Amino acid sequence: MDLVTFFRQSKVLIVAGKGGVGKSTVSATMALASARAGLSALIVDLEGKTAIRTAFGLEGSLDYEEVLLHSSEAGAARARRITPDDALLEYLADHGLKRVSKRLVSSGALEVVATAIPGIRDILVLGKIKQLERREIADVIIVDAPATGHAMTFLTSASGLLEAARSGPVRTQAQEVVEFLSDPSRCRVILVTLPEEMPVAESIETAYQLEDRAGVTLGPVVVNGCLEPLPPAVTLSESNRKSLLDSLHGPFNFTGSETIKIIPSADLLEGMAQAAAFHDHRRIQQIEQRQRLAEELPLPQLHLPYLFRPSSGLNELHALAESLSRGIAGMPDPAGKADDASNMSDMSGVPGRKATEL
Amino acid sequence: MTGGHTKNIQHPDALDHLTSEHSVIVCCGSGGVGKTTTSAAIALAGAMSGRRTCVVTVDPARRLATALGIEQLTNTPVPISSETLELPQGGELWAMMLDPKATFDSLIDRYAPSKQQAERILENRIYKELTSALSGTQEYMAMEKLYELVEEGRYDLVVVDTPPTRNAIDFLEAPSRLVHFLEHRLFRMLLAPTRVYLKAVSIATQAFLRTISKVAGAEIVDDAVAFFQAFEGMEEGFRTRAEKMSALVRETSTGFVLVTSPRQDAVAEADWFAKRLHQMGIEAKALVVNRTHPMFVQGEELLQSLAATHLADAPTLPDGEAGAGSAEGYLESLLSLIPPPVHTENTAIVTDPDTIFELFLANLLRYQLIALTEQHTYSDLAAHLATAHQQDPDIAAGSTTPAQRPFAVINVPLMTEDVHDLEGLEAMARALAT
Repeated sequence: MDLVTFFRQSKVLIVAGKGGVGKSTVSATMALASARAGLSALIVDLEGKTAIRTAFGLEGSLDYEEVLLHSSEAGAARARRITPDDALLEYLADHGLKRVSKRLVSSGALEVVATAIPGIRDILVLGKIKQLERREIADVIIVDAPATGHAMTFLTSASGLLEAARSGPVRTQAQEVVEFLSDPSRCRVILVTLPEEMPVAESIETAYQLEDRAGVTLGPVVVNGCLEPLPPAVTLSESNRKSLLDSLHGPFNFTGSETIKIIPSADLLEGMAQAAAFHDHRRIQQIEQRQRLAEELPLPQLHLPYLFRPSSGLNELHALAESLSRGIAGMPDPAGKADDASNMSDMSGVPGRKATEL
Repeated sequence: MTGGHTKNIQHPDALDHLTSEHSVIVCCGSGGVGKTTTSAAIALAGAMSGRRTCVVTVDPARRLATALGIEQLTNTPVPISSETLELPQGGELWAMMLDPKATFDSLIDRYAPSKQQAERILENRIYKELTSALSGTQEYMAMEKLYELVEEGRYDLVVVDTPPTRNAIDFLEAPSRLVHFLEHRLFRMLLAPTRVYLKAVSIATQAFLRTISKVAGAEIVDDAVAFFQAFEGMEEGFRTRAEKMSALVRETSTGFVLVTSPRQDAVAEADWFAKRLHQMGIEAKALVVNRTHPMFVQGEELLQSLAATHLADAPTLPDGEAGAGSAEGYLESLLSLIPPPVHTENTAIVTDPDTIFELFLANLLRYQLIALTEQHTYSDLAAHLATAHQQDPDIAAGSTTPAQRPFAVINVPLMTEDVHDLEGLEAMARALAT
């Protein structure tokens, strides 16, 4: 699928997943990939964290005011923060309560009232996002959602509030948010996971709950931290590898250059064998988990590589955007709706369950 | 603090001291660092050392249940057993998953002056949403459950996993926050049965209430008033309990364990948690660093091995005494000399020995580099925590033996298998102990 087609399928992409899977990195990667494809992307962070800026190699946390993180010839990636408090204050200001809003916050009255109206904070945040979408403030709005448990509450808040409020602007707001969430041309959820037992189990559980309870359409699942294969020569059985290593005595011309020759010590060779075995072992497990995810959750997968860095910067983000773009390019073009739906139900093979097409 | 090469401040019996000298262990850390798994492994280690142990998780995902190999955990502890798990005399492992709603319900039952009042609260629509709406409610319920379990006295050790959010630390203050919430003047105002009281509140608040009524609908305001009125007379009970909980977490028999992954962002969060705890007058007893990459060749040996053969154009080796930062730089520049492998579907098997050697070496160097960087990432925090621990008033006063233990840094290496069952937990409990 063409990158522009992919990012234009929905105006808003909500990036969700459990803590530590790299939601912020994936949000940043998506924004950079779409900017590189010539689109304008806006990342909306709900907590005012530092992670988004860090991913772009910048310091500090996000503010309420939009900032430019990256621009290329045609596209740009921007980011801003919308915390529940931001959204609440803005809502109050819009309703003629700007002057008292600060005092209401400092006195704690706002918290009491926000608690008295369950889900009001989430509704206001989603309402604000919906407003940005309506104003077409960017080609694609990428929302860095809260961690899974909270994401579920976040995305189901609107339907919950519809039951509690039977009249008034808040009900209208909730209704509009429900419409927004359930329209795949306006909003999709991108689940992020790691190719490991527990994150995969949780993603599968979350995916079906999000479809059933929040009525959202799911985009592809992003599998983060995938170990890349060692090249063919290196992916050998352990015994083959040992004999291969035994045959390697050197000196080796390092990188085709005659100037660096290495005669490996026994320790070095042993370490090389162990590192390769460790890598292969973990990679095989990752592949098993990816297969399990594919079997139990029939959604396209986009794989992002593990980068061997405890921290990252713009170079790493470009590498990730490159991988993501390759993955998207490899996805089939969106076909006719009816066909897709029947294909997917065939694939899922789980009665009573569905997984939305992309 | 320690710019140089890391020496792990590890004590072989650190975990043993932790589980045998505390009756409550609280695990704190950001999401995704293996906090739930660590809590379960610590609890299992407690059971393996012959203590009757209970682990409480507040994670909404059923992860601990998965790890323990049971279908689902309940709000009351269930015993964990398996054919392969052999526990010594007296050693037992119990586990439960916090159900904030059920816990709150029983709390209402306990403090409501009458059955009717309890029912009024339980049926209120706002109450029904409260556990997810009021920030810190889940944390508060975790504290409540912990307090109940300790009060029951059925366990030698209770291990608590905290919610995977930054405000998880709020759980220490959650009980007093709820009291504050119930005592808020707006709440008091809503309690007032007549509209006359409205005159006493500020004009701003009146305007605010009217607006709320207009935008949210009158039913919501009515529900809110009913909710607050239903709580009437229960504040005192809540306050007393909050004070007792606050005392419980500050007892010397309660130990805090910081859990982190070696990633920079997670370590920064752990540092933040440590500072917040410190502000509350609590010092962590141990730092668990989960899933660190193994070091396949000792750093110096690797450098020597490469140095012995390097010639003119190779990157200059750092001096023997130079900091590990330069060793990282050296590995990195060496790695940058190796062209990235070309991944295509039909790559022919590489047979050229030079290339094979390079590919193996590059793979090793990547692992060495990440292991080294990880160590640096957490060693400063570890050193800093150890210093803070030494200055802990409990230690300074020389009061009790447990507090005099050195600060423990427990490093759990990334295993080839991810922990997802009891067997994995057992392996992890052993890894924690060595």
